[in-house]
Amino acid sequence: MKRVQFRRPIFPFLLLIPQLAIIAVFFYWPAGEAIRGSFYLEDPFGFSSTYVGMDNYTDTVTGSEYVSVAKFTLGFTAVVAFFSLALALLLAVKADSVLRGAKTYRTLLMWVYAIAPPVAGLFGILLFDQAIGPFTKIAQSIGWDFKLGVNYWDSATAMVIVAVWKQIPINFIFFLAGMQSVPMAVREAALIDDPSGPSRFFHVIFPLLAPTAFFLLIINITYALFDTFGIIDILHKGEPGNNPVTLVYKVYLDGFRGNDLGGSSAQSVILMVLVLILTVVQFRFMERRVHYT
Amino acid sequence: MAQVTISSVNKIYPNGFHAVKDADFHIKDGEFIVLVGPSGCGKSTLLRMFAGLEDISTGEIAIDDRVVNDVDPAQRDIAMVFQNYALYPHMTVYKNMAYGLKRAKKSKEDIEIAVQKVAKMLDLTPLLDRKPSQLSGGQRQRVAMGRAIVRSPKLFLFDEPLSNLDAKLRSQMRIEVRRLQRDLGVTSVYVTHDQVEAMTMADRIVVLNAGKIEQIGTPAQIYQSPASVFVATFMGAPPMNMLEGGFKDGTLTLSGGGVIPHHSHGANGPVSIGIRPEKVTLQAEETPGALPFTYEFTEDLGAVKLVHGLLGGERFIVHTHEEAIIGDDAKFLSIDGGSVHVFDVNTGQRID
Repeated sequence: MKRVQFRRPIFPFLLLIPQLAIIAVFFYWPAGEAIRGSFYLEDPFGFSSTYVGMDNYTDTVTGSEYVSVAKFTLGFTAVVAFFSLALALLLAVKADSVLRGAKTYRTLLMWVYAIAPPVAGLFGILLFDQAIGPFTKIAQSIGWDFKLGVNYWDSATAMVIVAVWKQIPINFIFFLAGMQSVPMAVREAALIDDPSGPSRFFHVIFPLLAPTAFFLLIINITYALFDTFGIIDILHKGEPGNNPVTLVYKVYLDGFRGNDLGGSSAQSVILMVLVLILTVVQFRFMERRVHYT
Repeated sequence: MAQVTISSVNKIYPNGFHAVKDADFHIKDGEFIVLVGPSGCGKSTLLRMFAGLEDISTGEIAIDDRVVNDVDPAQRDIAMVFQNYALYPHMTVYKNMAYGLKRAKKSKEDIEIAVQKVAKMLDLTPLLDRKPSQLSGGQRQRVAMGRAIVRSPKLFLFDEPLSNLDAKLRSQMRIEVRRLQRDLGVTSVYVTHDQVEAMTMADRIVVLNAGKIEQIGTPAQIYQSPASVFVATFMGAPPMNMLEGGFKDGTLTLSGGGVIPHHSHGANGPVSIGIRPEKVTLQAEETPGALPFTYEFTEDLGAVKLVHGLLGGERFIVHTHEEAIIGDDAKFLSIDGGSVHVFDVNTGQRID
């Protein structure tokens, strides 16, 4: 590394200021505001605020709606994480064994990654549309009266499918890279030791993918919890009504639709704590993770 | 223990590359066969066809009269030791060795007995609970050997197993591998590019060049009567000296002048003459039949010396132990008549 000497010790800090300013203005200040706001009852126009202590938190946590949304979020996260990981792994296994046109095949699978969540939501609307959606047609042909935005579980199904579809490519890229870093000779040794393909996968390949898989699990939980906002918003067309929402979407609903800034702030602080826990888990694991070299 | 028959085996890759051409030989029960040749000669491809890791384009490989062309690698009753060992990184030494047996549906007790026995044989017992990343190169090599032995296969396949070890460990392992193979009596095929390994370990050597088998024979046969210029120059260190010359009225003469003693009287015409560096003697005085030699420099290896110079204008290396006659004193060179090899200039084939 090149070592640069500055004549005045202040100069490097001056260079750092833009970066620090961005972090402070866009991350720490809003976070601080949220924490502060969570202890106040604010009128919708921000003219007055009253300190209410922990009331916002107790109201939030004891509210039956919050509990049901939390339960749904938990289930949603589990299902989305499971299916996006499982399907991506399946696709990676298949892509890994493709011999002809492998590059084209992989590129095609990765393309979806470049699609923004709201656009994915828009695709979802087309796919599940009442009148023209192909998925709706298929569902109807097997006697499933699929109604997006009307039936709670139908909307949930659509949310899961779009969220999973959107997340598969990134998981696929990681899994494929992980599979390709398994040395050829190790696979061949397994080929000589073990006559069964699935057994070879579970005894040799998958254990070597485990570090990748754990990393992706954390990434996918974070994704399902937070990054599905755009998909949900578009699928519900901003009219959540009776439709299932996640905790993050509820923060937005209560704060901007319900004008309950205090309650909304309390909810986002709870989510911040959740992220903190996830981050700690991830870092602890990354440190202890076995390096196979 | 098994015998292996290779009948006109060819390997042609989809891009048209002809990696192995008409390999045709028989391996006897318990024999140690070394496939040797420069990189890209097809020796590894041939070995991988034994293992089932490469398809056989045409021809047949039979282990104990069972044609294995379409048999899965795991069902061929073979074991392979890979160049970089290919141990399972997430398994302990014990599990590495037990995996194949477990998948062959052996009972837990049988596996325990087999692994412990092989571990003892290879001094691996204290390492059984370690992961490969906690082992040294030599230990990993032994684990790879153990993993092969524990399966008690019909056929051992070795793919340059010693090439990642340092020189000292390599010569030690060479002996150990050979002793193990003798004790176990398992038919083995061993691939190497190192002609010292080939000479010291093999019962018979198969020399390959550009996919073609140049010669099959015992180390002594390969050394004493190489079938072609390629074999003559590939086997032996330093390599055999090759000189231009020809038969003229029944005598073998160098192009640069001088008569070479030879037992046969070939037809008139040019030939390539091969003389091993250790089959000549340097001398200061001219004697009948001696040829003039121009001294250039000496490589001193301690026990032996390699004297470089010119014979009839061509480069010539002499392998000698003599202290006295090196340096500019070495003015003449006498050749042991029984060890001159003559090859066809065009085909490179041996002429007897």
